[in-house]
Amino acid sequence: MYDRKTVRRRRAVLALLVASSLILVTVSFGDGLRSVERGALEVFGPIQDGASRVLEPFRDAVGWVGDTIDAKGDVEALRKERDDLRRQVVDGKAATQENAELRRLLEMDKRPTVETQAPVTARVSSRSADVWNSTVMVNKGSRDGVREGNPVINGAGLVGRVTLVTGGNARVLLITDEESGVSARVLESKASGILETAVGDPDDLRLEPFEQNTRVRERQTVVTTGTTNEKYESRFPPDIPIGRVTSVDSDEGTIHVKPFADLRDLDYVQILTGPAA
Amino acid sequence: MSPTAQISVRLGVLGLVTVLLQTAMLSQLSIFGGVPDIAPLVVASVGLLTGVMGGAVSGFWIGLLIDVLTMTTQGVTSFTYVVIGYFAGRVRETNRDPGASLLPLAVGAAATLAALTMFSVLQFLLGVEAPVSLELLRQIISTVLINSLLALPVHAAVRKTLGSAAADERRRRKRRQRPGLSPLIQP
Repeated sequence: MYDRKTVRRRRAVLALLVASSLILVTVSFGDGLRSVERGALEVFGPIQDGASRVLEPFRDAVGWVGDTIDAKGDVEALRKERDDLRRQVVDGKAATQENAELRRLLEMDKRPTVETQAPVTARVSSRSADVWNSTVMVNKGSRDGVREGNPVINGAGLVGRVTLVTGGNARVLLITDEESGVSARVLESKASGILETAVGDPDDLRLEPFEQNTRVRERQTVVTTGTTNEKYESRFPPDIPIGRVTSVDSDEGTIHVKPFADLRDLDYVQILTGPAA
Repeated sequence: MSPTAQISVRLGVLGLVTVLLQTAMLSQLSIFGGVPDIAPLVVASVGLLTGVMGGAVSGFWIGLLIDVLTMTTQGVTSFTYVVIGYFAGRVRETNRDPGASLLPLAVGAAATLAALTMFSVLQFLLGVEAPVSLELLRQIISTVLINSLLALPVHAAVRKTLGSAAADERRRRKRRQRPGLSPLIQP
C-alpha cells in the first residue's frame, strides 16, 4: 500500500519521537529540567487559571451530581459521628478550660498555630491527569510570599506542601502522592509515625507507628506532629487535622487513615507562609 | 495554506484544548471511582482519522503538554501516547472498514486500557517506593468504562475539528500513493 520511501520516513519519525520521549525521561530525573518546568509554569499558569475559571460552572455541575449520590450514603455515618461528637464536646469543654489555665501557667501559648502562619488563600487551577501523581497547580507564587516547602491546608485539614514556585504560580504535592510523607500522630493515643500513601487509593493513607504497642482505635483523629524526623523533615505546624482512623491492621501494625480534606475536589486552599512553616 | 500545514495547526490547537480541558476540569471529577481521561481518546481518534504519522505526532504533542503542565516526570506520557497514536493509525490502515461506526468506541476503550497499563508499567520501571493498592485496578477499570462512553462523542468532535483539512490530506496522500492502477491489477 505504501512505497518504501514513505515507510522509511514513517519509521524514522516514530523512532525520533520515541527517542525524544526517552531522553526527556532520562533528563527529567533529578533537577535536570527544573528551570524549564519553572518557565513552562510561568507561561502556562495564567492560561490554566483562565481555563479553570471558564470551566468551573461545568465542573461544579458534574460534581454536584456525584456529590448528591455520595451524600445519600454518607447520612448514616454522619449521624453516628454527630452523636459521638456531642459526647466529646461535653468532655472537651471542661478539658479545654483546664488546659488553658495550665498552658498559661507553663507559658506554652507561643506555640505556632495556623493563624500565626500568614495563610495565603490560593485557587486551584489544575491537577495532575493520572492516578500515579497527586499534584495541583495554584495561582499564588513567590510574589505572594509563597516558598517551596510551605504547608498547604483547606477548611477540612492538611492538603500537602508546595514543591515548585514561580512568580505567580505554585505546584502543590498532595498528601496522597507517593512521594509525600508527613510526620503524624493519633490525637487520642501516643501513636506517632510517618503517614504515607498507597498508590491508587487516595482515601487510604497509612501510618506506620514508631512504637507498635499503642492502643489505636477506629474513628480516632490523626494530626500533624510538627517535629523533625531524620527521613522526612516536618515543615508542618503541629496539630493540623489530617484524617480519621478507619482501621488498624494488627498483623502489619499499620493504621489506615482517611483524609478529612476531599483531595479530589479542591477549589481553594490556604498556603501557610509564616516563619515556622 | 497547504492541507498539511492546515492540519498541523488544527492538531496543535486540538492538543492544547484537550490538555487544558483535562487538567482544568476532567481530572478533578471522580465518577464511580474513575476519572474521565479524554487525552488517549483524542490521540486514538486522530490516529484513526489521519493515520500513523498524525497519530504518533499528536500523541507526542499531547503527552508533552500534559507532562509539562502537570510537572510530572517528563517524557512518560508522551512515550505512552506516541505508541497509542501509532497503533490507532495502524488500525485505520489495516482495518477493512475504517469507517465502521463502532470502531472509535472499541479503539478508544483499547487505547485507554493500553495507556493506563503502559503508564503503570513505566511507573514501576522508574521505581515506586509506596505500596500499590488494589484500588488502582478498580480505578483503571472504571476509567476504561467511562472513556468507552465518551469515545464516540470525542471522536465526533475530533472529526469535526480536523474536518475538511483531514479529508484533503487523505485525498492528497491517496493520489501520491496510487498515481495510477498497476498494469497487473487493471480490470
